[in-house]
Amino acid sequence: MTSSFLATPAPVQAAQGPLQTNAWLMIALPLLGAVVLLLAGRRANGWGHLLGCATVIGSFVYGLALFASVGSGPAHELALYSWIPVNALQVDFGLRIDPLSLVFMLLITGVGSLIHIYSIGYMAHDQQGRSGARNTERRRFFAYLNLFVAAMLILVMGNSFVMLYLGWEGVGLASYLLIGFWQQRPSAAGAATKAFVMNRIGDVGLALAIFLLFAQLGTTQYSEVFARAGELSPGVLLAIALLLLLGACGKSGQVPLQAWLPDAMEGPTPVSALIHAATMVTAGVYLIARANPLYTLSPGGQLAVAVVGAVTLLVGCLIGCAYDDIKKVLAYSTVSQIGYMMLAVGLGPAGYALGIMHLLTHGFFKAGLFLGAGSVMHGMNDEVDMRKFGGLRRYMPITFATFGLGYLALIGFPFLSGYYSKDAIIAAAFGQSGWQGWVFGGVAVLGAALTAFYMTRLMLMTFFGERRWESLRTAGGEKFHPHESPAVMTAPMIVLAIGSVAAGLFFTSGDRLVGFLTPALGELQEGHGALPHLVIQLLTVGFAALGVLAAWMFVGRKRVAVERPQRVSLPVRVARADLYGNAFNRAMVVRPTSWLTRGLVHVDRQGVDGAVNGVAALLGGGSRGLRRWQSGFVRSYALSMLTGGVLLVAAMLTVGAP
Amino acid sequence: MGVTTQTGAVILAQQSIAPPPIHYSAIAPVLIVLGAACLAVLVEAFVPRRLRWSVQVGLSLCTLVAAGAWLVVYARGEPMGLTTLADTLAIDTPTLFLWGTLLVLGLASILLIADRSVEPGGAFVAESSAAPSPSPRAASGGSTGGTATSIAPAPTPAPARATASVAEMRTEVFPLGLFSLGGMMVFCAANDLLTMFIALEALSLPLYVMCGLARRRRLLSQEAAVKYFLLGAFASAFFLYGLALLYGYAGSVELSAIADATAGSLRSDTLLFAGLGLLVVGLLFKGSVGPFHMWTPDVYHGAPTAVTGFMAACTKVAAFGAILRVLHVAFEASSWEWHWVLWTVAVVSMVIGAVLGLTQSDIKRMVAYSSIAHAGFLLIGAITLTDEGLSATLFYLLAYGVTTIAVFGVISLVRTSEGEATHLSAWSGLAKRSPLIAWVFTFLLLALAGIPLTSGFMGKFVVFSAALTAGMAPLVVIALVASAVAAFFYLRVIVLMHFNEPAPDGPTVSVPGAFTTAAITLGVVVTLLLGVLPTPVLDWASVGGFVS
Repeated sequence: MTSSFLATPAPVQAAQGPLQTNAWLMIALPLLGAVVLLLAGRRANGWGHLLGCATVIGSFVYGLALFASVGSGPAHELALYSWIPVNALQVDFGLRIDPLSLVFMLLITGVGSLIHIYSIGYMAHDQQGRSGARNTERRRFFAYLNLFVAAMLILVMGNSFVMLYLGWEGVGLASYLLIGFWQQRPSAAGAATKAFVMNRIGDVGLALAIFLLFAQLGTTQYSEVFARAGELSPGVLLAIALLLLLGACGKSGQVPLQAWLPDAMEGPTPVSALIHAATMVTAGVYLIARANPLYTLSPGGQLAVAVVGAVTLLVGCLIGCAYDDIKKVLAYSTVSQIGYMMLAVGLGPAGYALGIMHLLTHGFFKAGLFLGAGSVMHGMNDEVDMRKFGGLRRYMPITFATFGLGYLALIGFPFLSGYYSKDAIIAAAFGQSGWQGWVFGGVAVLGAALTAFYMTRLMLMTFFGERRWESLRTAGGEKFHPHESPAVMTAPMIVLAIGSVAAGLFFTSGDRLVGFLTPALGELQEGHGALPHLVIQLLTVGFAALGVLAAWMFVGRKRVAVERPQRVSLPVRVARADLYGNAFNRAMVVRPTSWLTRGLVHVDRQGVDGAVNGVAALLGGGSRGLRRWQSGFVRSYALSMLTGGVLLVAAMLTVGAP
Repeated sequence: MGVTTQTGAVILAQQSIAPPPIHYSAIAPVLIVLGAACLAVLVEAFVPRRLRWSVQVGLSLCTLVAAGAWLVVYARGEPMGLTTLADTLAIDTPTLFLWGTLLVLGLASILLIADRSVEPGGAFVAESSAAPSPSPRAASGGSTGGTATSIAPAPTPAPARATASVAEMRTEVFPLGLFSLGGMMVFCAANDLLTMFIALEALSLPLYVMCGLARRRRLLSQEAAVKYFLLGAFASAFFLYGLALLYGYAGSVELSAIADATAGSLRSDTLLFAGLGLLVVGLLFKGSVGPFHMWTPDVYHGAPTAVTGFMAACTKVAAFGAILRVLHVAFEASSWEWHWVLWTVAVVSMVIGAVLGLTQSDIKRMVAYSSIAHAGFLLIGAITLTDEGLSATLFYLLAYGVTTIAVFGVISLVRTSEGEATHLSAWSGLAKRSPLIAWVFTFLLLALAGIPLTSGFMGKFVVFSAALTAGMAPLVVIALVASAVAAFFYLRVIVLMHFNEPAPDGPTVSVPGAFTTAAITLGVVVTLLLGVLPTPVLDWASVGGFVS
């Protein structure tokens, strides 16, 4: 079956018509916005945010027109110019328009437009008391946001792995700039650095995979790579699959590189919604779905993806249960939902399209949840500790309603978005043969229960119960005055809430999305698991209901302490410590690096000097006077050169003239 | 200088033998540069002091432009590779490319060196008596008059300007720079080892002097000069010893003769490999490749920043030009034996540069360690010994050199009243004070880190893919990891500039004069162009190989 799919790869056509040949405009528009905003300086203070929104909305409209004209057909390639032409190495600056990239284009520009609009309100007076500089800050914010949209579009529209890498680095850069946007918070700079380091680890994997593809096939263009994937030996395929997975783990916050994503919540909330929930962090899923012909040929690679996804979804859920910071809970929820997507694309042809579907529905409801959290913070003086909230539903009715719908969608409440997409993944996981079906399916159902638990806990602590903020004061010593956000913020939330409700039904009715994606991802294969579909559905809903019930038992019935209880059971302690993820990183990455650095510095500074001293001592006491006389540095440098030279010549003689 | 010596020796030695044919049109760029250097010495001697600076700057810039124009005209005729001056110089495509690179980088360096607006009176003085005196004198003193009106006036009476001595700038730096540049051009065209050695000395000696000319922190500068001189002499000795052994092996110092000798005879391999090893040590020293890098941080730190830029960019180009030629022409046949050794050297250099760069707290030292890491990447390209690797390395050299000069140009702008603020802590919050400079520097650092759409990415991409095609996969893996580690210390500076609060008594950013602005703009534009539209340059770099 897989071989028949590969024998006739989807034909690739050249782009036709003005709409397709000018598709680069979609990228150029937001990029132009970013450049203008960065160059215009203060002059753009008055209209900068409007320009930022207009370019992204323009890009979205173009995307819609493109979508209408292309539809679900073969891929269209658009070569703009020859970017890297050296001998055998030919990389075009080219775009690929196919169902997969179209879906992403619409997601990025659509959600991007909404979040741009929301940011007008959110960033208007949200400068932590630095009201004097607020407008310049907002301009800069929109410039970065536009830059991000452009880079993300390059990532999904590129027609080769090198183009993907270009966008990959671009979104990384924009993401660091936005995470560290609030410069007055020292933790923001730390979070930006952490994101950078973790991403670099992943990037090395991606770069290696690209070089490996190039060395083996002489091209990195998707159409040629996929057409000739059969020429690769199984070992090379596995290596490429694992390296791409490493890249995906870095960008998408998957185990073991998950720790940067929750810290990235230091950025402004719209950034968390757009970049760290709806779009950028899903780039890893896109990468694996895009490279589906390679994974289809490599069962080992597929299994690795599925295992990473399954582990991550559990880890994310478990940690999410222990946090009190509303954004951190949502962040770990994102980690775990991306785990679901990874699990889905790791199932091979049975799951690629399902992973993308969950990605889209998740884009709606998670962006909506983050915007809702931002709205709550907006009304609560930027407080993020849920223990200080409570009973907010009366004060923020629209936020409560939209957030509530997003919540129901996320926990898989029947007939909302998440129900359709997550259910399909769970069913596909059970559909795997042998032990894999039981393990993956079991993990996915357990994850559904945990998701219901921590999200219900969040809802109860924020919107229900006692109004704990009444007796508290803000950091500035004032009373809390919770209030609903302005229309410019609530309108995008309402749109996203509609998406959270309806997207799932829309995508699944008549297998609309799956059918649409078939030219890019291949036919969706139905699994034949041990359990009938209805049982799985009931099981999922049942487990989710158990989670809600448990949350009610533990949180809803009791008083919530304003102070975080310190004497807690072992599991909670472990979860609060991020399952020791940071400790693991320190032990595995930070400490060896610092040891290596210290060791090298030691050799560089003292070691050479020490060697000199040792040699000098051997030569006799007479050298002591000499040593005092000399400054010490040139001498040791010369000695190190001599040592290096002797070693090099000795090595030459050993290999050359034995 | 090397050329004239050779010609003179040939004429003196024999009357009966006809002088060798000289392709003047091919070597004209070198002749122009060296001739102008001699002229500049005369200017120094005879032109009145107040005119000297403008004459020297005009002469140097005209020279480089003229030599470049000649080079372009000559290269457009698509010349065949040839050897001239009794086969001592080889003028082939790599030579032309390297010359072009050197002239561009030389132009940018001269622009930085010539700037007198950032440091009133220029950054160079000769005698220690001209050390900055604490007595405040206005920056508009008579000695900086004359042509200084063409330069942007000082924006604020910042303490940096008020307390700086305005002792006149020493213009010896221009002839020295031209001599050094001429030496570099001969160095990478030299077709025999003796010429190469003479060129090595011709390029090094002026550099040693230039390092010691700093107006500020003179002790550091002079210490750097002495260190560089002593270690450079030591490295030259290695080179010369290697040369002698190779002469013993092949009976000739010509690269092609050595290649012939390695091809199939039953000579002593000990002489060959010991000679190669010693020769390579001398060359690696100049390219600041670890473990022969020890001088680099100290000298980069101590030398006047404009000279550091010149050294970092041009010396590296010349050194790697020579390494490429020596390995490609003379030692290709024996590469199976020696390539493991240079693999190791490349790894050591990358690891040292990337890891030690992490702990630096001075920006010039950090760039020095970055240059050591880059030297490792360049060495990877140099030891592939394929045409692809050759063109990739040439491209990388141009890309790296241009970016580096612009980096040092920016560094020279960030100052306190003590002179340049090179300590990293002084750079925090720079984006708040002068966003443009911070963004330019960010872009340049991203280029050094190898982020796409910059020349740095393109350079790494072509070098690594050439290495991979040549079957050096393990080296590429290490290189990618090293560049990921190195990217971290560039990021540290970016984070510092953009995300930290500026220190209350932080440095001021000088408004650059026209010359520094031109140099930085050139660097940024070329860095961007090579990242977005590398095609013409890559094409030019890959038209042909070495002749011998």
